[in-house]
Amino acid sequence: MTDEEWPLYEVFIRARSGLSHRHAGSVHAADDEMALNHARDTYTRRMEGVSIWVVRSDKIVASDPAETSAFFEPAEDKVYRHPTFYEIPEGVENL
Amino acid sequence: MSDALLRYVLRLGDTALVTAQRMIERVAGEPELEEELANANFALDYIGQARMLYTYAGELDGNGADEDHFAFRRDAQQFRNLLIAEQPNGHFGDAIVRQFLFESFYVLLLNALAQCSDARLAEIAVRAEKEVRYHLRYAMQWLVRLGDGTEESHARVQASLDEFWRYTGEFFTGDDVDAHLRREYAGPDLTAIAEEWRKNVAAVLAEATLTAPADVHMVDGGRAGRHSEHFGFLVAEMQHLQRSYPGASW
Repeated sequence: MTDEEWPLYEVFIRARSGLSHRHAGSVHAADDEMALNHARDTYTRRMEGVSIWVVRSDKIVASDPAETSAFFEPAEDKVYRHPTFYEIPEGVENL
Repeated sequence: MSDALLRYVLRLGDTALVTAQRMIERVAGEPELEEELANANFALDYIGQARMLYTYAGELDGNGADEDHFAFRRDAQQFRNLLIAEQPNGHFGDAIVRQFLFESFYVLLLNALAQCSDARLAEIAVRAEKEVRYHLRYAMQWLVRLGDGTEESHARVQASLDEFWRYTGEFFTGDDVDAHLRREYAGPDLTAIAEEWRKNVAAVLAEATLTAPADVHMVDGGRAGRHSEHFGFLVAEMQHLQRSYPGASW
């Protein structure tokens, strides 16, 4: 018996068809299949989803918090990138 | 045999309730938080099944008995569950082996019941089958993980398999109630189920590098109300509140 902890997996749930998967939380699991089971048992007990993705947390490539200024701040003064100059027709959902 | 359907439904309800009770005993004792949730979810699935079956049994009985009556106001020898359901929990591997052996049978039984001509029972079976199909996936994966795991985990689940195998014969030795259900309601064909069960179980055991024990003397008696010695304790704990405070409710 080893005292080593099971690896962490990040869980993404799609609430219903047409929506995208959203991060729901994380679970510990010994392998991929177990991670899927744990995600199902932990995060979809109250009909929260129709599809689950799990991915090992250490497989996620994340941006470096120290690089935030170089990564994100240059976009701050580029208002012309926002599609605010268009009218969105009424009744369009999930946009 | 006018009460054959009632007796059949009660047997299913008893097996579901006793399975749930054993799972509930394990609550707060699981090795990981996520396993804790899985086990408690499974227990609640079985309680849900027992409630549907007991409610239906009460209607068939026609004497005003409700689900609480069947669960809490019958004596141990009046229960007709499969013996495998009542066996003490033991360790995690024991629980997985027991769950795997029973549910690989139960899922086939529910599949067959979903086709039977009693609409109510078929409806309950359809719902339960979805739950149990997931449980079985879970138990199967764990069995392979433990069987094909370390030397210790392999040895321990092989011992669990040797221990619980003797309760699997009872799945398939139908009696007059089973025969009645098959004849009058197009119920499960236990011979066909036995064949499929053996095939499915053999495949999983092979993957788990486990060996089905040979020449085991099969034990039965659950359907005749002949229970293991542990059963009285299980029932006493389960019924304690209703026995001490009859009619107590939330």
